[in-house]
Amino acid sequence: MQEVTATSRHYVDRLFHPDPQKVLQGVIDMKNAVIGNNKQKANLIVLGAVPRLLYLLQQGLSSSELRTECVVVLGSLAMGTENNIKSLVDCHIIPALLQGLVCPDLVFIEACLRCLRTVFISPVTPVQLLYTDPTVIPHLMSLLSRSPRTQDYITQIFSHCCKSPEHQTVLFNHGAIQNIAPMLISLSYKVRMQALKCFSVLAYENTQVSMTLVNVLVDGDLLSQVFVRMLQRNLPIEMQLTAAKCLTYMCRAGAIRTDDRCIVLKTLPCLVRMCSKERLLEERVEGAETLAYLMEPDVELQRIASVTDHLVAMLADYFKYPSSVSAITDIKRLDHDLKHAHELRQAAFKLYASLGSNDEDIRKKITETENMMDRIVSGLSESSIKVRLAAVRCLHSLSRSVQQLRTSFHDHAVWKPLMKLLQNAPDEVLVMASSTLCNLLLEFSPSKEPILESGVVELLCSLTQSDSPALRVNGIWALMNMAFQADQKVKGEIVRALGTEQLFRLLSDPDTNVLMKTLGLLRNLLSTRPHIDQIMSSHGKQIMQAVTLILEGEHSIEVKEQTLCILANIADGNTAKELIMTNDDILQKIKYYMGHSNAKLQLAATFCISNLIWNEEGSCQERQDKLRELGFVDILHKLTQALDPNLCERAKTAMQHYLA
Amino acid sequence: MDAMAELGAGSLLLGDPAFNYQEAELNERLKRLYPAVNEDETPLPRSWSPKDKYSYIGLSQNNLRVHYKGHGKNHKDAASVRATHPIPAACGIYYFEVKIVSKGLDFLSSLLPLSPIPGWDKHSYGYHGDDGHSFCSSGTGQPYGPTFTTGDVIGCCVNLINNTCFYTKNGISLGVAFTDLPPNLYPTVGLQTPGEIVDANFGQQPFVFDIEDYMSEWRAKIHGMIARFPIGERLGEWQAVLQNMVSTYLVHHGYCATATAFARATETLIQEDQTSIKNRQRIQKLVLAGRVGEAIEATQQLYPGLLEHNPNLLFMLKCRQFVEMVNGTDSEVRCFSIRSPKSQDSYPGSPSLSPRHGATNPNLHSAGADSPTCSNGVTPPNKNKSHNKYPGVSSASSSSSSSPSSVNYSESNSTDSTKSQPHSGTSNQEETSDSEMEIEAEHYTNGVAENPSARIMNGTYKHQEILQAQDISLEDSCASRQLCGGNQAATERMIQFGRELQGLNEQLCREYGKNVTHKKMLQDAFSLLAYSDPWNCPVGQQLDPMQRENICSALNSAILESQNLPKQPPLMLALGQATECVQLMARVRSGSCSFARVDNFLH
Repeated sequence: MQEVTATSRHYVDRLFHPDPQKVLQGVIDMKNAVIGNNKQKANLIVLGAVPRLLYLLQQGLSSSELRTECVVVLGSLAMGTENNIKSLVDCHIIPALLQGLVCPDLVFIEACLRCLRTVFISPVTPVQLLYTDPTVIPHLMSLLSRSPRTQDYITQIFSHCCKSPEHQTVLFNHGAIQNIAPMLISLSYKVRMQALKCFSVLAYENTQVSMTLVNVLVDGDLLSQVFVRMLQRNLPIEMQLTAAKCLTYMCRAGAIRTDDRCIVLKTLPCLVRMCSKERLLEERVEGAETLAYLMEPDVELQRIASVTDHLVAMLADYFKYPSSVSAITDIKRLDHDLKHAHELRQAAFKLYASLGSNDEDIRKKITETENMMDRIVSGLSESSIKVRLAAVRCLHSLSRSVQQLRTSFHDHAVWKPLMKLLQNAPDEVLVMASSTLCNLLLEFSPSKEPILESGVVELLCSLTQSDSPALRVNGIWALMNMAFQADQKVKGEIVRALGTEQLFRLLSDPDTNVLMKTLGLLRNLLSTRPHIDQIMSSHGKQIMQAVTLILEGEHSIEVKEQTLCILANIADGNTAKELIMTNDDILQKIKYYMGHSNAKLQLAATFCISNLIWNEEGSCQERQDKLRELGFVDILHKLTQALDPNLCERAKTAMQHYLA
Repeated sequence: MDAMAELGAGSLLLGDPAFNYQEAELNERLKRLYPAVNEDETPLPRSWSPKDKYSYIGLSQNNLRVHYKGHGKNHKDAASVRATHPIPAACGIYYFEVKIVSKGLDFLSSLLPLSPIPGWDKHSYGYHGDDGHSFCSSGTGQPYGPTFTTGDVIGCCVNLINNTCFYTKNGISLGVAFTDLPPNLYPTVGLQTPGEIVDANFGQQPFVFDIEDYMSEWRAKIHGMIARFPIGERLGEWQAVLQNMVSTYLVHHGYCATATAFARATETLIQEDQTSIKNRQRIQKLVLAGRVGEAIEATQQLYPGLLEHNPNLLFMLKCRQFVEMVNGTDSEVRCFSIRSPKSQDSYPGSPSLSPRHGATNPNLHSAGADSPTCSNGVTPPNKNKSHNKYPGVSSASSSSSSSPSSVNYSESNSTDSTKSQPHSGTSNQEETSDSEMEIEAEHYTNGVAENPSARIMNGTYKHQEILQAQDISLEDSCASRQLCGGNQAATERMIQFGRELQGLNEQLCREYGKNVTHKKMLQDAFSLLAYSDPWNCPVGQQLDPMQRENICSALNSAILESQNLPKQPPLMLALGQATECVQLMARVRSGSCSFARVDNFLH
């Protein structure tokens, strides 16, 4: 070790020689010494070669040959370990190299770019360093035309440093599309490939870029046609896959229609092929994820994919890693399999989720795939969070099927792992899991009973206190579903667990969805007369207050309608009625809404009055008189002439009660 | 072929331009899709067969439209029709489509031998539209794909490489339906409900599914397989074999200098001795220069007994000599002539000893050495004396412009010893038949510096040199060509020679029996005299210098054989075997042959 350090020391010493010619020879010798020798690289860095090289590189007196050789050595050092990269970045190699790009010497520029490329593609380099100096990007754009090498390196840098919508915008604003598009027909495969990769990164979830791309012409051809040509099956898989990504992103951004031939007959089949057993594991993962993303919003694409090349069955193979054979025969293979096993499973779950998100037949096909439900169930409790999330997404997608809820979901007791998942999971998993739970709590779901018995109410109530609106919605939504046609005991438990305070907090939630579902819960709680009377007797005051507040507040028609429906339910109670009858303010509001311009609100308000004047027991006379006094009869009379048939019918029924 | 004759009943429509247009498009598309198929041996399906159908089936629109005309009450009423021909294995990948013009109650489409319902009988396969199931030799189906109905286009692709099949619906592949398919499948369609109508597309129109893209993947796969064929430990062995192939090829064609240089560079041995190679080379050059008489003489001198033992070859040579006399190139007539008709000497097009590529060479096969291919790959070292400067003669570099595969004709001939040529003054004169640097010297002086076109024409100027054209005026190179160079004495000599030839033929007939080929050859040669301008007459083709190639290589092979050397270079043998093998693969129904064509590897 001492000896090695000694020779390394010698290399560094030579960099300080007074004779420039000796220095040059020293750098060249150093270059030859470090190639492929990580230990040597580490030694030289420790011995401080980097600052000296950077000094020589920036020194105006250095010959261009020396400067170039310095960059080559730095590039070689960067090829080593991540620690090397860190050291280089700490020595401010990036600004020094970027500064070097101003030099007119092409060989030197190429060396700088090659080194920058190596530094920037490393995960330890902060990409922000590319954007610190605003003159850098425009200068890189201008260098694109210099040589195929500059094209190759610069597009690689862009592809790796474009990690956010802001980055996309910066590159876009500096003409990335116009500058890179001609490279798609470069003679060099490398350049074509890097340009393509760059476009896939630029277009990802970016409408502006995608919309621009679709109108770009390359040598007389539309860019989409150029991409389609790159999908040809005899081309390298990497190119097919990346071109399919570009088309997918353009399609998702709305730049290409989902029924366009290039999507239906080219992009989609290509992505399905990427999922086949013949492809590498990495390719299969990317293929499945991209395909899932492509067809997520479009049922027609989902239908086509579901019959293409046995995709549903093909995906089942994603779960067979590591295969039992590989474990015995080949340790390397086992290692490789293990590394990708999680990725494969989560990709398959994602794709299943996307496939089954709309079409009932496809969901059926998925659940009938070998061991599918078992796989989901075990996926829900996997250690990898990515797999758990994808599995629950898949489950959620399938839970939209009434038939599956009734059959396979119940048979496999999916609620158990789902409940477990809900105990302790990050928010994104919780959102999906609770949303799935909402469906499992639907009235016709046979899983509803066991879930209720598992003490889910507390959990759901705690979700309603979450900071995430999505979790609050799901929590209250699940409670709402749970309360639907539930018995007194369940309702009581919900009210008790949630607490009126929280209930009223939710009624003033800034998220309309939360408010709507809370009102829905109230409405479900306030159904059947004994329940209404019981709840109103204990919480009547607060409920009436909340209702008044909402009716007075700035809310959407739907919210007001839901609130009026609650009032109508209250009016259906025996004792609860009096809470309205004695509240002139509320009565005035009902009157107001009966004359509202919106028929839905008119209907709901009329419903409420109709319940109040309902002629069943003797006590109705008094109410009827009061309502007549307040002018409701005149309004009802008018409403019998209403254009809306429902409203007109409802008003007529109410009038009949009066006459009775 | 019967069925094809039936289709020919469409001759009524032959006048229909639309039909002709479609026919042309069909031919063009089939040729593009299935280039390896020899339709003389295995015709492609082009329509439904009016013979191989059930009576409930009606055909119309050039036998492409099928409609059902039965009762359609139960499965017994199902009917099917198959295509005129089975799918040839040489297709590699075969594809056809059917459009559902009108659906009855349910629809069945399938492949295979005629059966009541495709897919239900033994060795029949199908994809049924009513339930989307696939049927394989039985009445019970397997869930396979979606159902299909009016307006849908259903395609069927048979992969004869891995013997699988998949269907497509509206251009989307539905995935493999069957594996381990037997050979000789017929495209078939089955119907069983009144009102059902389907239209077939065997290539008449563009397909909805991009079959060519699918083919390109398999082509790439098979080429990759060939390129990556594992040779493992035997790497050195292979190199030796390849070097030997190159060397023997060079020797065979008498590229003496190149062969020696190659042998030196690769440290291999040449079996044949130098003199022998050069002798052969000399004889070949004579033949190629049209001086067949001298060639015969030289052969008789150098290889006594050879022609006597090969009377057929001798006869062929003499016939050629007669033709060359007409041409005015043979020395027997040329010695009479003052003016040498140069225009015939010039040797446009393919160089004589530098054989053409497979693509232009239809009769390449293992048995015949007559038209060797693939020689442009051999680059003679471009240099003067020191061969060492170019140690590795690559057998792969084959760019037409940079590899002067030209043959060297500079060696002078004993009978024509006047060498100095005003317009090729630097030609290499000090050496005759054992010059090592002849090619190169020629090449630079004539080919490049003075006469650039000669480089492409590969040998033009050299002929002139050999022939010692007394008249070197360039301006009359297009002067009218005359029989025997227009010389009376020469013409008489030619007539006399013709009689001798006739006599030789009769003699051969007496000894070996009648020979149709000889008779034809003689007739053709004599026919030349019947025209005032033999060069522009129906049999004038014979005068083309290109015609010398066959006889030249036949003579070369005979000489080699007489020396107990292979009459064909191993390279040509290998090439011929590969070509034959690919053809054999087609016959034994190995589909990959269509993507492993030898042409594809000759650049």
